[in-house]
Order: sequence, then C-alpha cells, then structure tokens
Amino acid sequence: MAQPSSCAQSSNGVADESPNMLVYRKMEDIIARMQDEKNGIPIRTVKSFLSKIPSVFSGSDIVQWMQKNLNIEDQVEALHLGTLMAAHGYFFPISDHVLMLKDDGTFYRFQTPYFWPSNCWEPENTDYAVYLCKRTMQNKARLELADYEAESLARLQRAFARKWEFIFMQAEAQAKVDKKRDKIERKILDSQERAFWDVHRPVPGCVNTTEADIKKSSRMKQPHKTRKSVYGLQNDIRSHSPTHTPAPDAKEPVLLSSLQIQHWQTQLDRHRLKMSKVAESLLSFSEQYIEYDPFFTTPEPSNPWISDDVTSWELEASKEAGQQRVKRWGFCFDEVLKDPVGREQFLRFLESEFSSENLRFWLAVQELKKRPIREVPSRVQEIWDEFLAPGAPSAINVDSRSYDKTTQNIKDPGRYAFQDAQEHIYKLMKSDSYSRFIRSSAYQEMLQAKKKRNKNIPFFVIKNMK
Amino acid sequence: MGEMEQMKKEAEALKTQIEAARKAAHDTDMASAASGVAPAPRVQLKTRRTLKGHLAKIYAMHWCTDNRLMVSASQDGKLLIWDSHTGNKVNAVPLKSSWVMTCAYAPSGNLVASGGLDNMCTVYNLKTPVIKTVKELDAHTGYLSCARFLSDTEVLTASGDTTCALWDLETGKQKTVFLNHVGDCMCLSLSPDMNSFVSGACDSLAKLWDIRDGQCKQTFLGHTSDINAISFYPGGNAIITGSDDCTCKMYDLRADQELITYQDAALNSGVTSLALSMSGRLIFAGYDDFNCNIWDSLKGEKVGVLSGHDNRVSCTGVPPDGMCVCTGSWDSFLKIWN
Repeated sequence: MAQPSSCAQSSNGVADESPNMLVYRKMEDIIARMQDEKNGIPIRTVKSFLSKIPSVFSGSDIVQWMQKNLNIEDQVEALHLGTLMAAHGYFFPISDHVLMLKDDGTFYRFQTPYFWPSNCWEPENTDYAVYLCKRTMQNKARLELADYEAESLARLQRAFARKWEFIFMQAEAQAKVDKKRDKIERKILDSQERAFWDVHRPVPGCVNTTEADIKKSSRMKQPHKTRKSVYGLQNDIRSHSPTHTPAPDAKEPVLLSSLQIQHWQTQLDRHRLKMSKVAESLLSFSEQYIEYDPFFTTPEPSNPWISDDVTSWELEASKEAGQQRVKRWGFCFDEVLKDPVGREQFLRFLESEFSSENLRFWLAVQELKKRPIREVPSRVQEIWDEFLAPGAPSAINVDSRSYDKTTQNIKDPGRYAFQDAQEHIYKLMKSDSYSRFIRSSAYQEMLQAKKKRNKNIPFFVIKNMK
Repeated sequence: MGEMEQMKKEAEALKTQIEAARKAAHDTDMASAASGVAPAPRVQLKTRRTLKGHLAKIYAMHWCTDNRLMVSASQDGKLLIWDSHTGNKVNAVPLKSSWVMTCAYAPSGNLVASGGLDNMCTVYNLKTPVIKTVKELDAHTGYLSCARFLSDTEVLTASGDTTCALWDLETGKQKTVFLNHVGDCMCLSLSPDMNSFVSGACDSLAKLWDIRDGQCKQTFLGHTSDINAISFYPGGNAIITGSDDCTCKMYDLRADQELITYQDAALNSGVTSLALSMSGRLIFAGYDDFNCNIWDSLKGEKVGVLSGHDNRVSCTGVPPDGMCVCTGSWDSFLKIWN
C-alpha cells in the first residue's frame, strides 16, 4: 500500500492536510481489509473464451463482504458505500466506464495505490491527450475509444494544435513501453489506468468526485504536493496555485498569546453544570416540545405539505389561539414573549394588575434594537421620558444600579442604552407576573377551552365585561 | 523568546485544567441518560416538492420566517426566491459574482443577502418595484462563507479570513469584529434570544460569541477536521456541529463539553450542512455522499436517510414551524421532504 502524503501539523495545531484526506484514509482502511489475504475478498483469475481475466472479484462478492465485515445489514446501504468507493476509484468494473457497484456477477478489480486519490492527483489535459492518443495506437478492438472519448480527443487536438507533435511523441513512447509488458500485466495496468481517467475525466452524466467545494479549493494548503502529470510531462508542473490566498497577517505574537490566556482563564472560571443535569434538561425539553414537532405529531388541522391545505398557516397568522398554542405559553416565559397573541394576552393580564408598563417598556426596548441608527437617539429619549424620567407617565421600577447605568447611557444614546434596565424588568416579569398569569383563571380557561372563540374579541376582555 | 515560551506554557496549563474541570462534570453520558426515552420511530420521509430552476450547483438555501418563501443560491450566478409550496419562482436576483457560497433571508422578509468568493456580503431589497442592491458589505479579506440577518439593520457574517463580523446596514460598516479562530470560518448560527451566536471553522473548533461585547465566551473541541455546519439546539442551551471528519457532535453550553458524537462506520463522507427539527429531536445532516442522514439527537442513532439527490447535498433547512425539511444539492435541485 502506497504511503499517502504525510499529515504535517503546523505550529498552531491545525492539520495541514486537505479535509478530503480523512475521507480517503477511511476508505483506504476498508480497502486494506478487503485486500487482506485471510479475511478479504477472494480475488481470482477467471477463464473466459480464449483468454484469462486476471485478478477479479464480482460485485456480489463485494456486497457480501461488506455486509459481513462492516456491520451493514441493508443491501442498499452496502451498494451506496460501494458505489462511493468506486466513484473515487478504489475499485472499478473492468468492462464499464461508469463507476458504480452492482450486486451481481459484474467483474471488479482493485486500483493500484499509485493512482489513489490520496496522492493528490490533478492530472492536466495534456496528460489526458497523451492517454487518448496512445489508445488510438493500440489495435485491439476492446481498447477502442468510446464516443465521449473520441469527442474529447478531437477537442484536445484543437486546443493543443501547436503542441500536438510533442503529445504524439509522448503517446508513441508510452505505447512502446506498454507493448513490452507481459500480456497479463498489461491487461491489469491498462484497466487501472482507464479507471484512473474515469475518475478524473468521468463519462458525461456521471458525477466527478474530484470536484472540490470552492470554499476548500481556495485554501490550497500543499500546492507542491499536488501531482499533475501522469506521463512525466515536465512543462505542466506549476510551482504554486494561482488561487492560493495568503494567510492573514499574524498579530503581534505576544499580544495574541495574552488574549488567548485571558480567554482560557475566563473559560476555566465559568461554572459548569453536571452532565446529568444537562441531560435531564435536554430530555425534558424534548418531551415538552415533541407534541409540537410535525415530524412526530401530526399537526392540526393538517400539514400543508402533505394535504396541500394551508389552513395551518392561516391559523398561525390569525389572532386565534388554539388550545395547543395556549399550552405552549405555560412552558416558559419566553414562549409568551415569542407569540404575538401570547404577548397580547399577557399585556391585558398586566393591565388588570396595573403593571402593564413593564411589558410595554420591554417591547419598546426590543423594537429600539431594530431601529435605523438615525432614529435611535430620539427614540431613546422618548423611552426615557415615558418610562424612567422623574415623573414619567408609565414609571417602571428598576434597581438603583441599573437606573444609574441607564442615566449614564442615555448621554450617549445607542441601541443598547436600556440593556441593564431591560434585563431587570425581564427578570421581574418572569419571576413575578408570569407565574400569576399562568395561574390566572383567564389563562386556565383559555387552556381548557374546546370551543372556537369569536376571532376579534380577546377572551380576557369578554370576562371583564360581565 | 522567553516570554513567548512562558505564555505558551501558561496557555497549555490552563487548557489542561479546563479539560480536568470538564471531566469532573462528566458524571454520565447522554446515551445512558437517554436510555429511558422511547426511541424515535424509523423515519421514512417522502419528497413532497422538487424545485427545478437552477442551472448549476446549489450552494445555499434559507427559509423565510413565513414558512413558505425561501431563497437559494447557485453557481449559475442567481439567487432564486421560491414560494416553495406552489413551486413558483417569485423572484430572481442576478449576482455580480457567480462564486456564491451563502444566502440569507431577513426575518422581516424584506431583504435577502448573498456572498462568496467576492469577499463581500451584498444585501438586496425585495420590496422595491425592481429588486435593488441596498448595500455591499465590503471589508472581509477572505471569502464569505455564511451570512445571517439579525434584523433589517444588522447582519452577521462568517469569512474565510478567520473572522466573523457584525455589520450595520445603514453605514455599511463593521460594528464588531469577532477574532479568535485560527482557521477559515465556515458557518454560524444565531441563538434563539439573538444575544449570542456560534461559529464553526477549519481549525476544527466551534466558538460561542457574545454579540454585544464581541468576546469569545466558550470554545468547543473534539472534531478532527473542518466544521462545515453548525446550529443552535432549540432552547439555546446546546449546539450541533457537522464536520469533514464525517461526524456530527452535540455540545452543551452549560456543561461546556461534548455530549454525543453522531457517527457510523458506513459513513465515509464529510458533513456539509445540518438542520434540526422543531423540537430538536431530529438532526437532518447533508453529506458529500449525496445523502441526507437523519439522526435521533438524544439517543445518537441514525433513524432514516433521504436519498434522491444525484450529487452532494450542500445545504439543508427546516422552516420555523418545522413542517418539513428542505435539501439543496450540487445536482441543481431543491427537494422538500416530510
């Protein structure tokens, strides 16, 4: 097995190898097991018509091996993984350009490690031209070019018209070398070479597995490790990639370290909850919300994607709060604040307790955060005048620390001028008013309600109108 | 260099102590804690819609808050706004640069944004008679991998220049720059309360940031390769990450450590994207091997597969009401499943 490019660690601990390497290594581990003499796939030479087919195994052999050795029960899963490995070129069907795994008697062969994708191959078109040209020099019918190959060859001849003599000579030289090989060896090498090109120049319509995500390819980490030439054409080896982005300027080293240390210290000092507590909290959250998750509980009246009926969306947008929606408000204070109808009901409740200024302040501050900068100073003044200034019409009760801080903040008004006061009011509403709201008869009645209510009259007002 | 050496030692010592503190809090693991929970039923979803219209690889998609409209970005140089329920294209926004990597829908539904190899985040107004470019946010020195609107006046971006930034849309300037990653930032996710966000980068770390003061509050380790996708768990106390190391992980913010790794021996491709069902119970993770795998987030088991794409799944998204999941692929199609 060829050694893949080594994984060098740079000084800041970031692995230097491309993200694909991890995936290639995983596949290569599986290949190594498949090739194991004792427990691998049995490779044999098959006698056919007038000749022998060396070094092959069938598609079914692969599927069976996978099911037995990789803990894969499902044949579909085995075929999916096998096709993935074939598409990357680790094994290939000997009589087909399309790299996929079939669960039948189709013959497959292993690729030689030289051609593995972990060797960072990026073969140039000049090499492809040499390869196709060489193929036309071989007389055997089975080595005739497929239509798409013939088209590619024609295209390359036009593109490299000036270099064509050179390419032709290279092809001739390669063909000569090939002719000298032992017949069986040639069969194997020819097929492996063809499979290599099937990966890097796939049949039209097939996925090119060598295509890189542009986010990753603009980070060429080891350009000098890339192999560009199969047939040793010197003039195509580049010394650096044109897309290489230089690393951002490193900060003054000592400063960076002291910031890092501060960060680690802060992280060390933070209070950590025990896993058991955290797990419990996540489990109860899930339990609570699972009835609202359309993937688990069929939504009422229906899921618009299945029934094509958009009533569910219309109900969401309406002022009507069905029982399920009302129930959610009881989960936590944030659920009330999230739902416009919840906010409205909570506001009416607070009005009955003469403390609605708290919620109104909180809402005003939320809205302030979304205002355009030029409107912020005047809006800050308005909020101050309404809720916090001495003699304010909707005076709210904040602790002296927040009050002092806010007094300072409004001298240079920004979107977060009321942050401390808002947090204080939030906690107040959450610990005090919210629990009373949930226990209130109005809320309880909404929760029990089974009949549809008149859309435009909020329930709470109906009660007060008695 | 004595001072540098000393600081390095100090940093290492602190990291070791943090690991010890994390271990001390590790009195159980998620799998045991969840052993009493009923397993999620085997999930078999059907394709409800296939949205055809892009002519090249789709790189990103984002749902609008109305649960119907969505925006998708493709290397054919267009942003398409879909009414995904009817399958109609509502709008098409031609992009100056076709190397687009991300797109976002503002919560108000008024604006969309895109960005990519041009290093910029371009914001468009959908409500003017003709779609106009509102701003070009240009200050990053690397590609724009992810963008998210906080409101019609603020945008968060993640960039290949290893920084994230908070922008003011009126001035077009960066208000806060979030510095701490040492690798390209690939993804970000806003907390439900909008006070913080998490980012994943090629340094295999996920970081939690306070939006207001710009500080990195927590760092999560464990992955061995680029983190391509990240999402807050509903409730805001945990996060899920997806990586090129072929695994997804859940980290809890309060326990300050990893809770579960979602992996399978048969899964040999990197995770490109992920989205959570509305309760958080299901994780829809898109992989390089053309499938989207569905994980039970509490038990760590694979409970389903979405196969139907003919190329890599590059983006996934669940709308706010959780009624379906959308996958976008390099095969140029978007599929809606439930």
